Amino acid sequence: MRPFLAKLIGSVGYIIQYGCMAHCTFEYLGDFVVCTGPSMEPTIYSEDILFAEHLTPKYRKVQRGDIVIAKCPTNPKQFICKRITGLPGDQIKTGFASSEIVPRGHVWLEGDNRSNSSDSRSYGPVPQGLIRSRALFKVWPLNDVSSLKN
Amino acid sequence: MRVSNFIKSVIVGVPVGITFLDIVGYVARVDGISMQPALNPDKTSDDYVFLNRWAVRSQDIQRGEIISLISPKDPELKIIKRVVGLQGDLVVTLGYTRAVVKIPEGHCWVEGDHTGHSMDSNNFGPVSLGLVTAKASHIVWPPSRWQCIKSFIPESRVPLNVSANRTASI
Repeated sequence: MRPFLAKLIGSVGYIIQYGCMAHCTFEYLGDFVVCTGPSMEPTIYSEDILFAEHLTPKYRKVQRGDIVIAKCPTNPKQFICKRITGLPGDQIKTGFASSEIVPRGHVWLEGDNRSNSSDSRSYGPVPQGLIRSRALFKVWPLNDVSSLKN
Repeated sequence: MRVSNFIKSVIVGVPVGITFLDIVGYVARVDGISMQPALNPDKTSDDYVFLNRWAVRSQDIQRGEIISLISPKDPELKIIKRVVGLQGDLVVTLGYTRAVVKIPEGHCWVEGDHTGHSMDSNNFGPVSLGLVTAKASHIVWPPSRWQCIKSFIPESRVPLNVSANRTASI
């Protein structure tokens, strides 16, 4: 009985160790994201898998044109994948004659599929604190593996 | 041999520690006077609070709780405030662009207890719940202030829809 118990405790310990290492990798370095929905077509189609890194948003180095994964401002349990089209201070055209200036600490996010995307045009500028990661590569489907740099 | 053992335990120990801080919570010092009198009641010493991350894992925060959140104006700054209104509430503002605000979906209204000396929703408007990082649950230092943090909203700051229900139930 003794050795069995010792073995059990040992393997639980290993599971915790590897779980914590996985948590740190996915939380601080990079992870894989499955995208659903049509808002980023034709760059990203529904069910595509992306590799996204967390260092750029952490050090506040996001730029115009980057594709980012962010928490949805109206629903914190949902993530959105959009392109940054405006940084603080930029003037964004929101209508025929109206425009808006992106406030400090925010970004303007828009989907590439402008006719079918709910983005900053509906909920306004998004705080930078909600940005989780920056998409680098498309890794799935295999016939369309590509870099997502502008 | 000893050195390699040491490196091994660092490689294992650091991720376990970080994960613990991320999931369970951590202790942080409170800066500034914006939460007086609940936190930092006198100028000479700073309070240390336990920021409970487990309590906000599904973003279910309540009115009256003290939370820490990423400032919407400066993503590098974390601020500590009290939740006054949740989504759908009608909040009477103090010096915001509109006199009464209906909190939009997925947002909350946060205020410092020290009215007038706090950078809060009266300045930057409703904040998205996604910016909330933790709930302040205990004061852990100095020992004389050791206590649980009570949930509380001043009578005058209760959202209109909530106070209307309260009077109706009496």
